[in-house]
This record gives sequence, C-alpha cells and structure tokens, in this order.
Amino acid sequence: MSSTTNTTTIGTIGAPSRRNTELAMLVFAVLIPVFAYINVGLAKDGSVPAGVLGYALGVGLLAGVAHLVVRKWAPYADPLMLPIATLLNGLGLVFIWRLDQEPQITTKQLGGAMAPGQLMWSTLGVALFLAVLVFLKDHRVLQRYTYISMVVALALLIAPVFFPPRFGARIWITIPGVGGLQPGEFAKIIIAIFFAGYLMVKRDALALASRRFMGLYLPRGRDLGPILVIWALSLMILVFETDLGTSLLFFGLFVVMLYVATERTSWIVFGLLLSGGGAVAVATFESHVQVRVHNWLNPLELSNGGVTETAQAMYSFGSGGIMGSGLGQGYSRLIGGIAPKSDYILATVGEETGLAGLMGILLLYGLLIERGIRTALAARDPFGKLLAIGLSGAFALQVFVVAGGVTGLIPLTGMTMPFLAQGGSSVIANWALVAILLRISDTARRPAPAPAPSTDAEMTQVVRP
Amino acid sequence: MSELTLTVMRLGFLAVLWLFVIVAVQVIRSDLFGTRVTQRGAARRGGSEARAQRQAAPPQQQRRQDGGRGNNRQRRGAPTKLVVSEGSLTGTTVALQGQTISLGRAHDSTIVLDDDYASSRHARIYPDRDGQWIVEDLGSTNGTYLDRTRLTTPTPIPLGAPIRIGKTVIELRK
Repeated sequence: MSSTTNTTTIGTIGAPSRRNTELAMLVFAVLIPVFAYINVGLAKDGSVPAGVLGYALGVGLLAGVAHLVVRKWAPYADPLMLPIATLLNGLGLVFIWRLDQEPQITTKQLGGAMAPGQLMWSTLGVALFLAVLVFLKDHRVLQRYTYISMVVALALLIAPVFFPPRFGARIWITIPGVGGLQPGEFAKIIIAIFFAGYLMVKRDALALASRRFMGLYLPRGRDLGPILVIWALSLMILVFETDLGTSLLFFGLFVVMLYVATERTSWIVFGLLLSGGGAVAVATFESHVQVRVHNWLNPLELSNGGVTETAQAMYSFGSGGIMGSGLGQGYSRLIGGIAPKSDYILATVGEETGLAGLMGILLLYGLLIERGIRTALAARDPFGKLLAIGLSGAFALQVFVVAGGVTGLIPLTGMTMPFLAQGGSSVIANWALVAILLRISDTARRPAPAPAPSTDAEMTQVVRP
Repeated sequence: MSELTLTVMRLGFLAVLWLFVIVAVQVIRSDLFGTRVTQRGAARRGGSEARAQRQAAPPQQQRRQDGGRGNNRQRRGAPTKLVVSEGSLTGTTVALQGQTISLGRAHDSTIVLDDDYASSRHARIYPDRDGQWIVEDLGSTNGTYLDRTRLTTPTPIPLGAPIRIGKTVIELRK
C-alpha cells in the first residue's frame, strides 16, 4: 500500500502563457499557404514556382518576428489570434498571386500584378501590429481619448466626400504618389474606442432610466439622442458616399455595443427598425444603391454583354462544387476587372477550394471572432470588455457584409474581406485591430498576482478555484 | 503535371486547412472545460490520515487515477465529485478518486472548514469496498447532518443529499 495520499487540487487553466502553442500553430499557419503556393505553381506551369522560397521566408520571417514580440510584450495573450490572422493573410497573398497569373485581369490598365504590393502592405500591417503591441502597454490608455477618437473617426468618415469616387463609391482618399486609402477601415477601430469609452460612462443611464412598454424597455428621449445621431450619420454616409457597407458596419457596431453595454433587447429592436427604415428610405432615391439592390434581385439580367457580377460569382461557386476545382484551376478570371482580387476574392476561394474550403475559411474567421468575444468575456475592466466586443463585432460585421454580398444573401457592398482581399488599408487596419485585441487578452489572461505565501500552504489541500 | 498529383494536392490542401481548424478548436477546448485536475502526491504517514487510508479500499485507488472517469466504468451513477454548495467555500469542488476526504478546521484536512461550528477533525468521506461513498462523523462537537438526521454511525451517502457541517453544506454529484 502506498503511503502517499492521492489528493487532487483543482485550478483554472490559463496560468501557462501558451506561447509554445502559438508557435506551433504559427508554423502550421505558414506551411499551409506555402503548400497552396506550390500547388498553384504546379497547376499553372507544371513546376514549383521560383518565388516559393522567398515567399516562405518572407511570411515565416514576419510571423516569427510577430511571435517574438508577442512573447516579449504580451506573454499571456491569446494563442490563436496571431496564427489565424497569419494564415488568412498568407492565403490571401496566395490567392492574389494566383489571380495575377491570369493575363486577362493583370493588364496595365487594371494595375498589373498586385501580390507584391499586397505583400508590402501586409509587411506594413505587421509592422503596425508590432508597434501597437510595443507602445500600447495598457489598453485603458485609449479610454482617455474617448472624445478625441470620436472627432478623428468623424473626420475619417467624412474625408472621402472631398475626393473623387472610385469604383462607384466615395470611400477613398487619394494621396498623390501613394494611391488610394480607405479611411473607413481605420475609422472602425477608432469609433469602437469612442463607443466603448462613451457607453462605459453612460450605460447605467441607458439601461436603467427606462419605461416598460409592451415588454420592451423604452429609453428616455434624451438617452435616445446618441443612437439617433449615429443613425443619421450612417445614413449620411450612405447618401453622400454611396457606401452601403460602411454605413451598415457603423450602425451595426453601435447597436451591438449598446446591447452589450445595457443588456436591453429593446436596443436591438430599435436598431433593426431604424436600419431597416433608413435602408428602404435611401434605396428609394439613391441610384447607386438602387443598382446594387437591382443586381441583387435580378442577377441573371443581361448587362454589357453578359450577366451581372453577382451571377458570375454564383457561377464560380457552382463550378467549384463541394471539393473545388483545385487551386489555380478555376475560371474566376471571367468575372473581369480587379473584382476577383478584391470584392469577389471569396468567389475564387469558393471555386478553387469548393464548399469545403470556403467553409474552412469562414470557420477561421469565426474562430478569430470567437477569440475576440472570449477576450471580452475574460476582460476584467468594463472598457476593455466593450472595446473587445466592439472590435470583434466590427470584424464580424465586415465578414458578414462581404461574405453575404458575394454569396447573394444581401446586396453587394464595397467592403473587403479582412486579410484575404487585396487592399492596403484593410490589411493594415485589421492587423492593428488584432494587435489591440491581443493587448486586451494579454491583460485579461494575465494571472492575478500570487497571494502572500502562507505557512501551511504545503499541508493543506484547500481548493479555491 | 499529372491529374493524379493535382487531385492529391487539391484534397491535401483541404485536409490541412481543416486540420488547422480542428487543432485550433482543440486549443480552445481549455476555455470550455475551464478547470483541470492535478495529482498531488503528498507524503503523509501516521495520524488519522494513514488510518483512513487503510480502511479506504486500496484496490480502487490504483484504478482511479484517471480523473474520476474510473468511477463511471466501475459503477454507473456513481458520484464523481464533491461540491460545496453553501458556506464560505461555496463553489469548491473536489474530484472523487477513491481517496478519503477529511473535513474539519485542522490545517491538514482535505477541505479546511473556516467555520466556528466545525471541529478540527469533524468528519470524513470515504469509499467502501463496493465504491459506495460513506460519511462518518469523527466525534465532532456539533455533529454532522445528512439531510435532517444527525449521524451516529458511518452512513452511505445518496447522490445529491446535503451533508451539513455547521454552516457548510456539501453534496456528491455526478
């Protein structure tokens, strides 16, 4: 008989930093795009592409540096966000490079090959990611800039009005020599900071000072003010910038954060009513929106020599089937223009990797969002909670708006798939977003300082989870 | 490139993509099952603990190393954990793995009761030879109650029945 007692202690998992898990996942996340890259080369030319070593080293180096910085400056951060973001960004690069191999859509007028540029933007994105992690020591610092960030976000949202529209929407700032910049991508982060700071202060008034009416809590008129202002603003974006996606994103984000802050279902009802009413009102007199809605409802209508892009994207999905046609063997170039690289990149994913691959990619987005919401649950301070919910909510709404648009669930809007689609502003802004989420999760998962050592700690097996 | 190679690569890509998703979900599992049980082998000789050991059916001890699941294999419906449902330790759980659990104010008890009405060695809970869990009062001042009855002899514990010691209530759960 053994002389040791077989006792157990029960503790919460989370004390280990899990950086090694992150490293293993990161290696995995770099290898998958390299595999895809070789796959495209073999399918297109029958040989391993020459750039594969450079690509592997480049992505590997970026991921490695990011990992080391996380290890040093955010040791308790979530282990999954960085690998998932790396995988999505790497796959995006492969898909853009793969579409660059199609001569019809890589002409001079359309901007030529875009993968090298995207690689540069990704590098800048990772650089910003590192800068945020190194310089933002505590996310609560952002709380000081609540109203400044409101002003900055409004300026960023309004700025594109003064620039000429590109691709039918005024969401671009044109900087000579650099090219276009989509300020909306950055505004979504900054406005999440404003909402988090504002709602943290006002949430009690919004949640408690209300009358009960037909099972709903009706807020007081003066508390209704801010939501009406934001609603009017998002409608104005829709009218003046003809950008359905951005206005949906901002209004949706506000409703999500209001709901999380106040726990009142009535806000969701109000939000849906207001956005529904606003969308219908604008759609009746804004021609650009009307065209999008019309294309959505009648995808097979003939226009300039073929069916609409919406229908072409659906043909792509159909041609891919369950298992896909194989990387590099699809025909999404037929969509034409640069759309397959930016707005319709999901059509390429859907055709070449099939339903199985597309669902895998969407699940990766889902996992990233889940980690963000999990961070919000774990965060101890209300500002961090709201900010994490806001950022992951913005990310989720963006994925929904784009994926829904491409698959024909909602009218197509001019947003980009985070990390996957071609677009410098998008990839930079989303790396910054992931960095802030990692910062919050580092604070949330950091173990509480150890209690003072007690003399009988060894002898007792008291369990205090 | 041969058709076969491309087909293999196409399916291979889907396989590794999904493998990544599955591995990621495995990493997340720790959030859903938020606690883990660590074995702690503390050498204890002599005293009431060792006596308790001798009575506490040693054969089961070896079979039950694996996190309480051995209970299920052995007997269906057997409790796997002890839960403190009232008192200052509310929410504490201890996995039942064939060991004797001692309760009391003494520092070396398995569950140290911070309770004025508890004696230093108040009661113990142990499995008999059939794996049935027994509660025994160790001559406490204020008594141990199973449901409403004060214990006089070692008594088998039904699943979910409250055991009251002072202000603390514990019960066995599956």
